[in-house]
Amino acid sequence: MDEKRNRDVWVFAEQRNGELHDVSLELLGKARDLADKTGSKVIAVLIGYHVRKLAQTLVNHGADVVFVADDTRLENYRLLPYTHVFESLIKEHGPDVVLIGATAMGVELAPRVAARIRTGLSAHCIDLKLDENGNLLQVVPGWGGGVVATIACPDHRPQMSTVMPGAMKALPEEEREGRIEEMYVDLPDSNMGPEILGIERVVAGEQPLEKAEVVVAGGWGVGSEENWSLLEELARLLGGAVGATRPPVDEGWAREGQMVGQSGKTIRPTLYIGVGISGVMHHVVGMDQSKNIISINSNPDADIFEASDVIVAEDFMKILPPLIRELKSRVKSWRSINISEEK
Amino acid sequence: MNRIIVCVKPVPDPKHWDKVSMDPETKTLKREGIPNIMNPLDKHALEAALALRESHGGEVVLLSMAPPFAKTTIREGLAMGADRAVLLSDRVFAGSDSLATAEILAAGCRWIGGFDIVLCGNLSIDGSTAQICSQLAEMLDLPNVMHVTGMEESGEDNLIITQKIENGYVKLFSGFPVVLSVRKEVNKPRYIPFTGILAAESKEITMLSNKDLCVDPERIGLKGSPTKMAGLEVRKFERKKEKLEGTVDDIVEKLVERIYQCGVIEC
Repeated sequence: MDEKRNRDVWVFAEQRNGELHDVSLELLGKARDLADKTGSKVIAVLIGYHVRKLAQTLVNHGADVVFVADDTRLENYRLLPYTHVFESLIKEHGPDVVLIGATAMGVELAPRVAARIRTGLSAHCIDLKLDENGNLLQVVPGWGGGVVATIACPDHRPQMSTVMPGAMKALPEEEREGRIEEMYVDLPDSNMGPEILGIERVVAGEQPLEKAEVVVAGGWGVGSEENWSLLEELARLLGGAVGATRPPVDEGWAREGQMVGQSGKTIRPTLYIGVGISGVMHHVVGMDQSKNIISINSNPDADIFEASDVIVAEDFMKILPPLIRELKSRVKSWRSINISEEK
Repeated sequence: MNRIIVCVKPVPDPKHWDKVSMDPETKTLKREGIPNIMNPLDKHALEAALALRESHGGEVVLLSMAPPFAKTTIREGLAMGADRAVLLSDRVFAGSDSLATAEILAAGCRWIGGFDIVLCGNLSIDGSTAQICSQLAEMLDLPNVMHVTGMEESGEDNLIITQKIENGYVKLFSGFPVVLSVRKEVNKPRYIPFTGILAAESKEITMLSNKDLCVDPERIGLKGSPTKMAGLEVRKFERKKEKLEGTVDDIVEKLVERIYQCGVIEC
C-alpha cells in the first residue's frame, strides 16, 4: 500500500439554521470506524455562518479535526457557493473518503462536487466497508431495493458516498479532544446561481421517526384515516412513532416525513410493527434493520412476512383494538412519551 | 421562452423487476426482455415543460441517452406534446455511470443549443442515484435546483422556483438558463390524447452517435465511469418468521408477550 497516500475520512457536517442534521453525527460514527481501521483521521467539514459553536459537538461525536468555513455569504445553503468551498477544500487536502448525508441538501451538493472533481459518487448507501486493499465498498439499494449493489471507486480519489439518514449509528456524545481549524473562504464574484427569496419551515411536533425505539407503520391495507388513528394510539401506548408506506402519504392519512423506505427514511427501531403493509422492497429497504419485526396483514402470502420475526396473518381490525385494550390494562409504566398532541 | 429540453429515460417496468439479472462480465444489469416505460418522474418534468410552453411559447425538445429501442418511450413523450426529440445512441455509451451519462447528456444539450431550461425527473426508479440534475448542470457550467415542487415565470427571463427540503420549502429566484429536477408534487401529468398519438408519428426523432457529439472517449462508457459495480445480489432475509395462531385472544396474548420480550415496555 502507498504509505504516503492520505487516508483521511471526511464527513460533510450538514447544518441549517445553526442546527446539525443527525445524519452528520451518524456519519462521524461510521467515519471513526473506517479511520480507526486504517489509522487515519476523521475530518468534519462545517460550512455556514456563525457555526463555529457546532464544531465541538462534531469533535465529541468522533471528529479529530473540524474544518470550519464560516462566512456571511454561506449563511444559508446555496448550491454553487457551497460547491465551491467544498471542492476547494477537497482539492487542497486530498481526502481518501468523503461521506455526505443523502438529504435534500446532500443529494444536490454531492453530485455537483463529485462532477467538479471528476470522481465517483455512490448514492443512498446503506452500508460502507473496506476491502483488503483499503478501498471503500459502498452498498447501495437498487431497483426499488430488491437488489443490493456494491459500488467501488478504484481509480479515483476521493471515494464519495451519500448515505441514507438512519443507516449508520452515531457514537454517544462524550468529551473528546479535537482540533478546530478556521478555513479561509474565497468565493468568486461570478454568478452564484439562484437567489433565496424565502425559506418556509413546517414544524413537525412529534417524535422523529428515526429516533423512536418503537415504530408502528401502516400501509395501504389500513384503509382509512379513521383506522389510521388506531396505529397512532398503539404507537402512543408503546412510546413510539408512526411510520407509513407511500399510499397512506398519498391518501393524506400520514405526512411525507413519516414515510419509511427508499424515498423516505431508514429506521432501525428496537421494535417495528407493520400493519396492513404488503412489503414492497421500496419500504422493506427502509426498515429491515429493525431489531424485531412484527407484521400484521390479512393476506397470508404478504411479502412482508418474509422479512418478519413475528407473523400475524389476520385482519388488523380484529387484532389492534383488543391489543390496545390489553396493553392499556397490563402496562404499568411505559417510557416517557414525548409526543406533543396536535390541537 | 426559447427552448426547454426535457431529459427522459426509459426504465424497466417495475412489474417485471423479478426478471432482472446481472451480466457476469460487465457487472451491469441485464434488461433484455423486460418492457420499458418512461421513468415516472420524467413525465412530471415533461408536463412542467408543456405547461410553460402553453403560457410562454417556445419549443419542448426531448433528450434521451439510450439504445435505439428507446424510440417507443420517446414516442410516448412526443404524444404527450413534446415538439421533437433527440436520441443519443451509441455502443460506446454503454456502461456509463452518472458522471459519464451527464457528460453525454451535456453534449446533447449543447448540440440542441438555445435552451432556457433543462428539466429532469429528480431520480429514476431503476438506478435511483438522483445525480443527473447536478452533474449535467456542472458539465454545462449552469446553476441547478433539485426537488422542485413549483415553478412560475417571473417577467421575461426569470423563474421563481419552489424547492422542497426537510421540514419546509425554499423559494428561489433564478435566471436562465438553468437545470431543474422535479418531484412528483410539481404537477399531474396529462393523459395522452388520441390526436397526440397520431401527431407523434410525424414528429422528428434525431438519432445521434458519438460521431456527432465527439465526447472524449476517455470520459464515457465503462472506461469513463469512476464508479464500478463490485457486486450485486438479491436481498435475502433471515428472520424468525414465527406465525402466531389460534383465537384472537390467543394471538393478542402472545403479541403482548413478544412486545414485552423486546424490552420496550414494562408490565
